[in-house]
Amino acid sequence: MPGPTANPILEIENVTLAFGGVTALNGVSFEVAPGTITSVIGPNGAGKTSLFNTISGFYRPNAGHIRFRGDEITRLAAPLRAKLGLARTFQNIALFRGMTVLDNIKLGRHCHLHSGVLDALFYYGRARREEIRLRADIEEHVIDFLEIDHIRHAPVAALSYGLQKRVEMARALAMQPQVLMLDEPVAGMNREETEDMARFILDVREEWSITVLMVEHDMGMVMDISDHVVVLNFGEVIAEGAPADVQADPEVIRAYLGSGNVEDLRCKLRQAREAA
Amino acid sequence: MGFDWLMLAEVSFAGLGSGGLYALAGLAFVLIYKATRVVNLAIGEMLMMGAYFFFAATSGMGWPIWIGIIAAVIGSGILGAVIERLLIRPMLGEAPISVFMITVGLASILVGAVELIWGADQLRLPDFMPSDTVLIGEAMVSPKIFYGFLAATALIAGVLLVFRFWRGGVALRATASDQAAAYSMGIDVPRVFSLTWVVASMVAAIAGIIVGSISSLSPTMGVFGLSVLVVVIVGGLDSVPGALVGGLLVGLVESWTGTYLGGEFKLLATFLLLVLILMVRPYGLFGTHEIERL
Amino acid sequence: MRIGSAKETYSQDEALFDSRTKRVWLGVLALGLLAFPFVASQYWLYLACLVAINVASATGLNILTGYTGQVSLGQAAFMGVGAYAVAVLEKQLGTPILLNLLGAGGAAMLVGLVVGIPSLRVKGLYLAIATIAASFILHFVFANWTRVTGGTAGLNVPPATIFGLALDTEFRLYWLIVPLTVLMLAGAANLFRTRIGRAFIAIRDRDISAEVLGIPLLRYKLLSFGLSSFYAGVAGGLWAYFFRSVTPESFPLLMSIFFLAAIIVGGMGSILGGILGAVFMTLVPEVLKLMVGWLPNASEAMVFLAPVRTIVFGVLIVGFLIFEPHGLAEIWRRVRRFFHLWPFRS
Repeated sequence: MPGPTANPILEIENVTLAFGGVTALNGVSFEVAPGTITSVIGPNGAGKTSLFNTISGFYRPNAGHIRFRGDEITRLAAPLRAKLGLARTFQNIALFRGMTVLDNIKLGRHCHLHSGVLDALFYYGRARREEIRLRADIEEHVIDFLEIDHIRHAPVAALSYGLQKRVEMARALAMQPQVLMLDEPVAGMNREETEDMARFILDVREEWSITVLMVEHDMGMVMDISDHVVVLNFGEVIAEGAPADVQADPEVIRAYLGSGNVEDLRCKLRQAREAA
Repeated sequence: MGFDWLMLAEVSFAGLGSGGLYALAGLAFVLIYKATRVVNLAIGEMLMMGAYFFFAATSGMGWPIWIGIIAAVIGSGILGAVIERLLIRPMLGEAPISVFMITVGLASILVGAVELIWGADQLRLPDFMPSDTVLIGEAMVSPKIFYGFLAATALIAGVLLVFRFWRGGVALRATASDQAAAYSMGIDVPRVFSLTWVVASMVAAIAGIIVGSISSLSPTMGVFGLSVLVVVIVGGLDSVPGALVGGLLVGLVESWTGTYLGGEFKLLATFLLLVLILMVRPYGLFGTHEIERL
Repeated sequence: MRIGSAKETYSQDEALFDSRTKRVWLGVLALGLLAFPFVASQYWLYLACLVAINVASATGLNILTGYTGQVSLGQAAFMGVGAYAVAVLEKQLGTPILLNLLGAGGAAMLVGLVVGIPSLRVKGLYLAIATIAASFILHFVFANWTRVTGGTAGLNVPPATIFGLALDTEFRLYWLIVPLTVLMLAGAANLFRTRIGRAFIAIRDRDISAEVLGIPLLRYKLLSFGLSSFYAGVAGGLWAYFFRSVTPESFPLLMSIFFLAAIIVGGMGSILGGILGAVFMTLVPEVLKLMVGWLPNASEAMVFLAPVRTIVFGVLIVGFLIFEPHGLAEIWRRVRRFFHLWPFRS
């Protein structure tokens, strides 16, 4: 297990989450260093999305602490966490189907805007200035960056799955996050779309200095772009470290492949390959 | 002079009596909700149709009482099937608010149709229940309410038994929990829907005949449905025991309020009960809690 | 045929009426509204005022139900609060019209906020039923708080006066009601160009995700309730000035159902839908009355007018929900698309 990071941007300390008889997370602890891409992997049902939901504020953990830039946020309401700089995308796309792409992205900036009801009703004045500024900012930094200018006025329901995922990311970026949590960003994508998304994630880290925390099943992508990998199984962290180390960790292999003897399996495979 | 226990007993019996009718109507509502997930705001109007069919059969056509009851029940059943096929089936999969508004539209159509055919005046149903005052101990109970309660209880028991032991009951419960799974098990889901609406309409028809006999017939009878709504919210939208308990409770509350506070407080008390339940136990006393996932 | 409209600045793109054609038609409409009272008969002026009041209230309901997804069957009761507020203010204090209307809106808004408080715990149809309960409780208050509301007899409202001139004809009331309605419509349209409107729509579409994205749910749901009941209150106040008498039976549950039907028929979640729906649902009974009047034995047939109206009301709701769930606004959009693309097919 790696030692503590200096000034981690996100700390999960001994978080336990239980629903009735089911323990989704059991004493999960890890740290996320600023500016890194950290992936959380594990078999289905390991608790990855529950972990994200706890960090987002949808669930309150039964025990443990979550700290963001040193500040305790374990009991903080979800909208306030967004305001602090925690953005996320969702496993099953959670775009607002009644709005266009542009409106969805603008919504991301909600917690950082200031116009009130009276400003909104009157519009010409404070609200209008804010909206135009927002539009310009999003066009320049988000829409251009994610290459979605051709669909900005499209209703999101009309978009393909891959484009919807990109719009979700755009919305998360509009939140001006410090930590971007991506829940299965390339699920259901083909090779080309996966590579595009991986490129975007790397660019996001480069240009915006955003820390990325990612849940993903695509091992190729995870191992390629992650700086740090955390492996969950049955709600517990079973391994943590650099991608290569985690890949070779016997606990991890056992979690994915079952409880057979891995060394035996390797020998058998090698023999079969040599025989062929 | 001490507290008038006798009056309390009489008022309570009256309340339980009308509670039985609420429970019956609540049962019809819950049947529909359990199978098709539809919140049927037209339940009061469906009661009304049963009562008017009975009126048409007996006073209109001059048929004997029992034939009239059977005709009304069958007529309501047919109406229920028609409603399900024409109005509910096309809305399968739509937002609950839309389906809810369909039942609101249906209520309007039924009220208008009744007013068109039979006029807006109040009508009286022929008496067919024994008319001697019933005595429970020293307490006097109105005969119509008493026999109505007996009929309601018998019918509820019958329906419960049928659903417990008949294969169709299992099919109903299966369809209610998971349509797709029910389909793949070979259950004819559209037929279950039709059957539910037919049975629920027939139950509502009997409740309507009893209610119509106790008070009178008019196109505004459907307002009974609002109290039934409270009954099922209190009991839980998908719970049959809930409809029973809720029915009795609402019946008692209305009866006590009506006697001790005054008639104009009845609906207020009912709706305050509703608000209380919504704040404390929104899914009702026995309803299933719906969980939202992120 | 419209080939496409190029915008050169973001502000052009964000405008409400973003093409010259739209602005021209808007101008025509404005001229029409200005000229109308001078050419219309009293009956049509009466209808126009009634339509405007209904448009204002329906727009308020649209904000809450169409855009924020909180089903409410309390709009008529909130209008009642506004109507009684205006009646009381006018009779007891004789304050100027606009102040009274503001007070009406404010009173209705407070009640709406209270009714909205359960909206975090109670959702969907349960909330709708809670608003039915609120409706009845308010009705009870109207009928029994005799000291303030005059009990079952209600209150008579003295005519609105502006600089000593009494607004007691339809012609004069038109100039109060229609401009206010236009203002309220503009406000609502503006709302949905800003973050507040977007937040409302987000709550309707996926409220849990909206919260995680930074929108405090209770605050915005309450805001929606408050705003929509403010609109209802002002509409109710205008109603009081128009009909000059307010009783507990003036705002029954059936009227709330009418407004919900209006936004469904017109198209939920669109300002145009609210307008079209209110206009349509207000005019349909009048058209029916006209049609019955043309029948050979008109005076006998009149007896059937009320039930036929009820049936038509129900059929409209059912028909639109089954065949055109996005309402008249969608039909309008289809017609417009046809004309944009003509002679090409869509």
